[in-house]
Amino acid sequence: MDIGGINLVTLLATLIVASVPILMAALGEMVVEKSGTLNLGVEGMMIMGAVTGFVVAVTTGNPVLGFLGGAAAGAAMAGLFALLTQVLLANQVASGLALTLFGLGLSSLMGQGWNGIRPPLTGDVPLGPLADIPVLGPILFSHDWMVYLSLILVVAIWWFLRATRAGLILRAVGESHEAAHALGYKVRRIRTGAILFGGAMAGMGGAYVSLVRVPQWTDGITSGAGWIALAIVVFASWKPWRVLMGAWLFGGISVLQLNLQAAGSRIPVEYLTMSPYIITILVLVLISSGRGRAMGAPADLGKTFHASH
Amino acid sequence: MTGSDTLLRVEGLTKAYPGVVANSEVGFSLRPGEVHALLGENGAGKSTLVKMIYGLVTPDSGRMVLSGQDFAPDRPATARRAGVAMVFQHFSLFDALTVAENVALGMEAPPPMRDLARRIRETSATYGLPLDPARIVGDLSAGERQRVEIIRCLLQDPKLLIMDEPTSVLTPQEVDILFKTLRKLSAEGTAILYISHKLEEIRTLCDHATILRRGKVVATCVPRDRTARELAELMVGAVLTPPARAATPKGEVMLEVTGLSAPSPIPFGTALKDIRLSVRKGEVLGIAGVAGNGQDELLLALNGELRSAPDALRIGGQPVGDKGPEARRLAGLVSAPEERLGHAAAPDMTLTENALLSGAIRQKLVRHGFIDWTKVRAFANTIIRDFDVRTPGTEVAARALSGGNLQKFVVGRELSQGSEVIVINQPTWGVDAAASAFIRQAILDRAAGGAAVVVISQDLDELLEIADSFAALNEGRLSPPRPVAGLTVEEIGLMMGGAHGMEVAHDAA
Amino acid sequence: MMRLEKRATPSRAWSVATPVLAVLLTMIAGGILFAMLGKDPVAAIRTIFWDPLFNPQFAAYSRPQLLVKAGPLILIAIGLSLGFRAGVWNIGAEGQYVVGALTGAAAGLALYPMESRLIFPLMVIAGALGGLLWAMIPAILRTVFRTNEILVSLLLVYVAQALLSSMALGALRNPQGGGFPGSRNLSQWASSANPELIAGTGMHWGVVAAFIAVIFAYILLQRHMLGFSIRLTGQAPRAARFAGVSPRRLVILCFGISGALAGLAGLFEVTGPAGQISLDFAQGYGFTAIIVAFLGRLNPIGILLAGLLMALTYIGGELAQFMLGVPAAAIQAFQGMLLFFLLAVDILTNYRIRWAREAS
Repeated sequence: MDIGGINLVTLLATLIVASVPILMAALGEMVVEKSGTLNLGVEGMMIMGAVTGFVVAVTTGNPVLGFLGGAAAGAAMAGLFALLTQVLLANQVASGLALTLFGLGLSSLMGQGWNGIRPPLTGDVPLGPLADIPVLGPILFSHDWMVYLSLILVVAIWWFLRATRAGLILRAVGESHEAAHALGYKVRRIRTGAILFGGAMAGMGGAYVSLVRVPQWTDGITSGAGWIALAIVVFASWKPWRVLMGAWLFGGISVLQLNLQAAGSRIPVEYLTMSPYIITILVLVLISSGRGRAMGAPADLGKTFHASH
Repeated sequence: MTGSDTLLRVEGLTKAYPGVVANSEVGFSLRPGEVHALLGENGAGKSTLVKMIYGLVTPDSGRMVLSGQDFAPDRPATARRAGVAMVFQHFSLFDALTVAENVALGMEAPPPMRDLARRIRETSATYGLPLDPARIVGDLSAGERQRVEIIRCLLQDPKLLIMDEPTSVLTPQEVDILFKTLRKLSAEGTAILYISHKLEEIRTLCDHATILRRGKVVATCVPRDRTARELAELMVGAVLTPPARAATPKGEVMLEVTGLSAPSPIPFGTALKDIRLSVRKGEVLGIAGVAGNGQDELLLALNGELRSAPDALRIGGQPVGDKGPEARRLAGLVSAPEERLGHAAAPDMTLTENALLSGAIRQKLVRHGFIDWTKVRAFANTIIRDFDVRTPGTEVAARALSGGNLQKFVVGRELSQGSEVIVINQPTWGVDAAASAFIRQAILDRAAGGAAVVVISQDLDELLEIADSFAALNEGRLSPPRPVAGLTVEEIGLMMGGAHGMEVAHDAA
Repeated sequence: MMRLEKRATPSRAWSVATPVLAVLLTMIAGGILFAMLGKDPVAAIRTIFWDPLFNPQFAAYSRPQLLVKAGPLILIAIGLSLGFRAGVWNIGAEGQYVVGALTGAAAGLALYPMESRLIFPLMVIAGALGGLLWAMIPAILRTVFRTNEILVSLLLVYVAQALLSSMALGALRNPQGGGFPGSRNLSQWASSANPELIAGTGMHWGVVAAFIAVIFAYILLQRHMLGFSIRLTGQAPRAARFAGVSPRRLVILCFGISGALAGLAGLFEVTGPAGQISLDFAQGYGFTAIIVAFLGRLNPIGILLAGLLMALTYIGGELAQFMLGVPAAAIQAFQGMLLFFLLAVDILTNYRIRWAREAS
């Protein structure tokens, strides 16, 4: 099971953990985009979730409260975005960028004096006998609860979008807000709900970075994970299972490059650092060149809705 | 006919928007099983009125009584629960979703998907409207899309069915089938509120008519007792004169299209297949067809937004199939797309800027890349003057103009450029009668002046009025053009594709 | 209930007033933020917006800094604004800025220690080309493969930053630097230096370039067909295609111009105020320029003023850090807030707000 001094089972297990932040953020953003809104502020919401989650967890000593705090911070940021785009009808691209720029600044401000502290441990919860299955056990069933939660959310969101009436309405609003409005659905309310959910997910994902992945607080800790999450939504053609695939792919790349760095690879560190970003770009190119138009993109994605009459 | 026999009574409904009173003290009533027409020009307030009945718009004052009870729907769901259903003219289907999902979205408490699919099949068989619940709506024809809406309504056993301009997307044969379905419904006791400005239809189908002009009820009548001309004059409030045309000898071929095929750049659009046509100097070629059969694509292919092989299209003998819009303007072809705001004109730009948009090349408004704004403004003023565009000035955003005035500006901009070939898609769509007559006359004048004109329109009456020859688009194919003189409605219907495979189902039903 | 009513024509008065209103709102919200940090809000706002210009104690140092900071912001923002107007979203100017500095510096350092008047112009061209080529990556991916240019241009910032570290530690490291990361000092090498042109003003070649860019952009947008095409494409893309504008050509052009200007900004920075390629060379000008572009309402004159204002917040922020102990991050949050308020009040330009009675 060892390849080039790296244990494959450990690698896969780490990969699953490493993909959690991106998975959470991308799932949330996928729901937002399904409702027809493009929120480019994922990075800003994630990093606010990271700092808030960290501060709450350290202060209370309870990592669960930390994750909730992260979700609340992400949702609060998303609330600002919803206010701008749904009530004040501002441009979504610009508003998303504002969210990221503001989030980076504010998080750094909030994180003053919290550097170099270790947060309370989010322990692993091996799933009884499942964890003892060789190979699969350590890879899938010996993680902390957030890992399980993120996987459950993949299934839940898939089911929600495919099989529930609320999911159908959400998709309908993203396809054509005019038609949804004509049938009497509250377009802005539905979108606002989706945006808040997306913010909470990004916030939790961010909290996972500062509480489990790193685990400590430094400025700019999410280092582009939010942007990669946005790319994964495109890569996934707005399908939950493919979001999971995408998150694992990028989790795998980042774990691999860290392992290669640690193993003293001959490739310079800087080039390993840039590899996840370059691979994200390459994958985006592959996906978008496949068919004429981005497959599965909601038809009204990014358009401002204003009910005239 | 006592009060208890009334299904819906509307009294003194008023709705004002900033600058316009859409409805003022509107009242009418209808009985179960009655087919009642709401007749009026564009902007007469028909849509606002039915939106109030359907709960999309809240009236400022007035009241409605449905089945003897006060009825004030605050949203469509309330109206649907009370037994009111509506088939929209636009904007109520979701292209990327299936038929069944679309139906479910319009219902209050839809059954599980599998049951719903079964009920869709049953209902469609009963009423002769074949429909596969699993298909994606974006792939359906305009007629099929309308069936989705109708079935969505029928599944809720409505007491009142509102239909907003339902025949504008149908061939004459399909209209017959729709009317059969509506008569069946009416015989079963469903009242139908039928919005239209097509007079013959209303005379054929409706029991009563309420005529609206500028938001007010101006007359009620039994349409069968009136002539179409009388109805038209009630609707417009003026005596109409048909456009005058001089019989001009046709000259040489100015526009020739041979074997033009192109995929559609529009999502869920229609590809053009082997289009052939030729238009001579002084000739008006009318192209009919049900919406979504390639009209938009044909305009794009003719004006250069969609390119093809060089020889597929010739302007004055010059091959330009692979050239863009600017080169084609230079070669002598100007065009006016259907969608005024967003395609033919930039909504937020001023009339001056919009005059530059397509006038730059032929009017020589640009030198070495630099814009001569004085000249552009003069050009805009010429259009405004010659085409009677009502606007406070040239520095007004295009979206501030009314539909008719903006259409006059857009058509005027193209007709003022002295070009030999003119292509117009839906010249009078959504335009009031006076402006329509003006625009049609202007087109005929240009043809009389020697231009070769292609008019694409879904309004058959309009085409028969102004065209010399006639062709129809059906699923991206163009029927061979024929002289208008001597064509029957039956023949036109068949050129448009007949009933698009609906006869079979109707016979079976 | 608040109801929005679209104006028939965008309000000219509000389009000028909204940025001012946004700045005022930001000052108020910023004041609250500073108060929450335990600082005197009035003193903090005064330190940021007033003292750098008018307090005799600091003005002599601060005033020249205004142009030094505003130069790159304006230069980058002008380029970005053209794209933003056309609906082409280059948000990776930070990366193009870094790459422009790297290629420009590399071109110069390749000739070190030769002395020639031609070296600096050569570096300027190399810097512009570097930024342009870096910007061509998202532009070409967008036009050929329809890849989302927002994501690609942004992701390339992270790549550019890794490239910067690699260069500062490797190829461009000063061989006489005692092993420390960072290149030779370009501002101290006569052939490559970008000095202060008029003593005490902060004016260097980059500022000159920024002013030229403002004038160039103004003429382009007001009088030239290309500027009209850019505006048309942004406001009504289908109308632009109808007019005959090629969307692909426009994407390439907008990315090309913004990339080249960002590259130039990087080059003038590395040869002047920064002096060398170093690990912390990327200071976020490329991102702040996005705020500048919007604050200036994508209008060249507006951007000129917005760039000066944003430069003031940088300098004032440093002063507040020094005098009052306001953390540097607070200024970043402050700038982000400005963009928020700007987007929020922008609605007044296109819509009328009515407070409707609840319909009975």
